[in-house]
Amino acid sequence: MENAGTPPGALTARGQGLIACHRCGRVHARTARVCLRCHGPIASRDTASLQRVWAWLLAGLIAYVPANVYPMLLTSTLFERQESTILGGVVELFRHGSWGVATIVFVASIVIPVGKFLAIGWLALSLKRPRVISEHAQHRLLEVVEFVGRWSMIDVFVVAILASLVRFDAVATINPGIAAVSFALSVAFTMLSALSFDSRLIWDE
Amino acid sequence: MSAQPLPALEGLVACPRCDALYRESPLSENMRARCPRCNTLIAAPRAGAMSRIVAFASASLILMVGGLLFPFLDLSLGAHTSHASILDVVLAFADGGTAFLSFAVAGLIVVIPAARLFAVLYVMAPLALGRPPARHATGVFRLSEALRPWAMAEVFILGVTVALVKVAGLATITIGPAFWAFVALVLIGVLQDNTMCSHTIWKTLEHRRVR
Repeated sequence: MENAGTPPGALTARGQGLIACHRCGRVHARTARVCLRCHGPIASRDTASLQRVWAWLLAGLIAYVPANVYPMLLTSTLFERQESTILGGVVELFRHGSWGVATIVFVASIVIPVGKFLAIGWLALSLKRPRVISEHAQHRLLEVVEFVGRWSMIDVFVVAILASLVRFDAVATINPGIAAVSFALSVAFTMLSALSFDSRLIWDE
Repeated sequence: MSAQPLPALEGLVACPRCDALYRESPLSENMRARCPRCNTLIAAPRAGAMSRIVAFASASLILMVGGLLFPFLDLSLGAHTSHASILDVVLAFADGGTAFLSFAVAGLIVVIPAARLFAVLYVMAPLALGRPPARHATGVFRLSEALRPWAMAEVFILGVTVALVKVAGLATITIGPAFWAFVALVLIGVLQDNTMCSHTIWKTLEHRRVR
């Protein structure tokens, strides 16, 4: 391997019959169950990791459906009542010419959630198959998924701010739609899915 | 039964992300240690970090109180004006089927960030003064680290920006001091994260613990 400093068979805590804490890095003898440094539970590998990853991912996927079907925002003015879904809101922003904001909402509410479903699912499946991309690329993908997930919550906050701000009784009022709940749940579930992923599994032979 | 000689565990460190095992070498301040295998940042000790973290966290708490008390945003449309404080934003979902979201939003933008600030102060203040850790400091710090992904003040600020652009054409917006308090809170949070090396804190907690 040309990558200096990464010998193919790097020493691992598990390879040496030891258990490392995934929070603080403290190394323990094989029999340890609780970390001596941070007092949290430890295990060589989180054996239930993939089960939890799939369970939360499925929950996130299910919650994402009503999030897109039902309205996110209910706008009522003197003349009309309008309901807009996530995608509808993005289209409207594009029509108004607010390209920057439209892109932010589109990325946060559609690209990131869908990308996360695909990335987590693919990572979980690829653990038991011959590698298509290197461990480094898989690890980086998991880190991107973990970093980016929370930013999906933007649209929920946008709805909260609009609903609390635009309250002009008969003239113009914005109310949150039920999709905001399922969207927030979907984001939280997929965050939990990514957090359940034991990244050490990627590096095991 | 064969008694295998255990390696000296004290000098070893494992990458929390990929389990690679290393012998820990002393790291001078302003150096960074990365895992050679997966490139995860393992340690980045900074000079005077403990007292700086306490300063950052206290400043953030004061800003948080300001953010909750001062006006956040005003919107005027003709003769009508509406005011929104952070509390109003949290309560936006309080009616009907979305009530659950009020708790979630309150947690994500106020309760969890504030809890993390209190936790950091509780853990770091005794360490910064060179004292042994406070009671249950280990558990408190573990909780604070676990809550890290769920403190979303910076996501909220981006959400505010998006919302403001959405209504900008329709009505006049006045940005209140609470908004700037939150922006400052986010910026200080970035500084605090860059100063805080959890590996060093864990080791300090372990070594100073009264046995």
